[in-house]
Amino acid sequence: MQIYPLSESSLIVEFGTVIAEEFDLLSLALAQHLENEPFPGFIEAVPAYTSTGVFFDPVTVRKSFPDSESAFSLVSGLIEQIAARMEVSDDRVQRTVEVPIRFGGADGPDLAELAEARGLSETEFAKIFLSVPYRVYMLGFLPGFAYMGEVDGRIAAPRLATPRSKVRKGSVGIAGRQTGIYPFESPGGWRLIGRTDLELFDVGRHEPSLFRAGDRVVFVDI
Amino acid sequence: MMGIFVETPGILTTIQDLGRGGSRSLGLNPSGAMDRNALRLINILLGNDESEAALEFHFPAPTIRFEADAYFALGGAEFDARLDGVPVPNWFCHGASRGQMLHFAKPVLGARAYLAVAGGFDIDPVLGSRSTNLAAGFGGFQGRALQAGDRIGIRGTVNRRQYPKAFVSSSLIPRYSRFPTVRFMAGPEFRLLTAISEQELFTKGFVIAADSNRMGFRLKGARIHLLHPYELPSSPVDLGTVQLLPDGGLIVLMADHQTTGGYPRLGNVLQVDIPLLAQLAAGDGVGFHFVSSNEAEQLLFASEREIDLFRVGRQLAAI
Repeated sequence: MQIYPLSESSLIVEFGTVIAEEFDLLSLALAQHLENEPFPGFIEAVPAYTSTGVFFDPVTVRKSFPDSESAFSLVSGLIEQIAARMEVSDDRVQRTVEVPIRFGGADGPDLAELAEARGLSETEFAKIFLSVPYRVYMLGFLPGFAYMGEVDGRIAAPRLATPRSKVRKGSVGIAGRQTGIYPFESPGGWRLIGRTDLELFDVGRHEPSLFRAGDRVVFVDI
Repeated sequence: MMGIFVETPGILTTIQDLGRGGSRSLGLNPSGAMDRNALRLINILLGNDESEAALEFHFPAPTIRFEADAYFALGGAEFDARLDGVPVPNWFCHGASRGQMLHFAKPVLGARAYLAVAGGFDIDPVLGSRSTNLAAGFGGFQGRALQAGDRIGIRGTVNRRQYPKAFVSSSLIPRYSRFPTVRFMAGPEFRLLTAISEQELFTKGFVIAADSNRMGFRLKGARIHLLHPYELPSSPVDLGTVQLLPDGGLIVLMADHQTTGGYPRLGNVLQVDIPLLAQLAAGDGVGFHFVSSNEAEQLLFASEREIDLFRVGRQLAAI
């Protein structure tokens, strides 16, 4: 585990440098630990694939711990203590989120080409996509955008060389062995195979984001 | 509730405050004012909470008609503001009477200006902030940039004792320039730079590219190289993070930045210097000066102490 300053009010705890479930579980465990037992000045923790971002108010940290050398050294020290006694398990209670999806056509403009290139019918491609549950590794890019994995190697697909200037809201895309859903209309380079009508991010809801890091996601054909 | 009426909207005029922190783990970008220092100073000047929302605008700037008597202040970029034709300088409290027109004659210095009103604009906070999130289309005024014909109310009551002749002391006003040097602290991937690139980062100047916006500033200049190519699994970033693109170019993340990114993070522009960066437009230049993270923190504390003193002074004036 390495800890690096990011800005005066944030730092990065890096558990590894390659994507692996072990590192994702650690980043999630640290974020949850900090959210449950925040230190004075703590703002938020952001779990990512192999790292956790910790955001804090350095003025409050220093006022609460005037003897520390710096807010960064104080917060890193606290995180080292937490990491030493943190329990990580992958059998935590997971939420399962079901996502209805329509494949191909205008909803998934890349499906026909991707299937053909792999010698599959669109139905076979869809069946492989639907055959496994996915895990939300992290959220980023847009509000409510979940990076999910792992897509079966047979249907993995590289990003478009030139991103589309406009991807429709609800589009389900593949990038390498990741899958994700565009919560809003936006530019984007993921290969689009289908679309859902679910609202992924709604500020009117108690929990605006449909997904949280750590969720299990099951796609259902409609 | 009467407030302001937008006669002409300007090129990009949005409601911004200090941003929507606390939900980065949902992928929710914080938004907020590009020049937070300007926003805070004019809010404190007006007796508002320092995080009160203001209009952020560029040049061509909006033309605003007051539909109620109000006290207001302008900060950030200098666009030669006129109230019914009479100059109204930045960083001072001004009174406007119902029917008066505020317009901006020409860009003098800086790229982003702020208009705050005493009491604040009548905008409902969404997820704890009044900032406009343009990508997701919520917050601020109907989740979008202002258009001609928009009306925004003004909240609260006005304490007249506070306002006459009040101004922001000149020691607090940033030394804006078209070619500033901003201070830089090392980030997680800084150690991967070649010795030559590390030297060039701090000795060569960079130019703000045309495709720069509220999300980030692209920099043109020396190509920067790592010892080995490095692709990072997406990891959190912050306001002011300097990312290295695969082609050797740099990008500095600004107020509408995404919450995570996969490009190496060479470092971060110091929070106290982000206002200098926020006032740059395409074609302006910037240089980086290295400081340690401890020094960065000390500079932040020093700046916060000065702002605290100004706040206390304004609170005393209100008694």
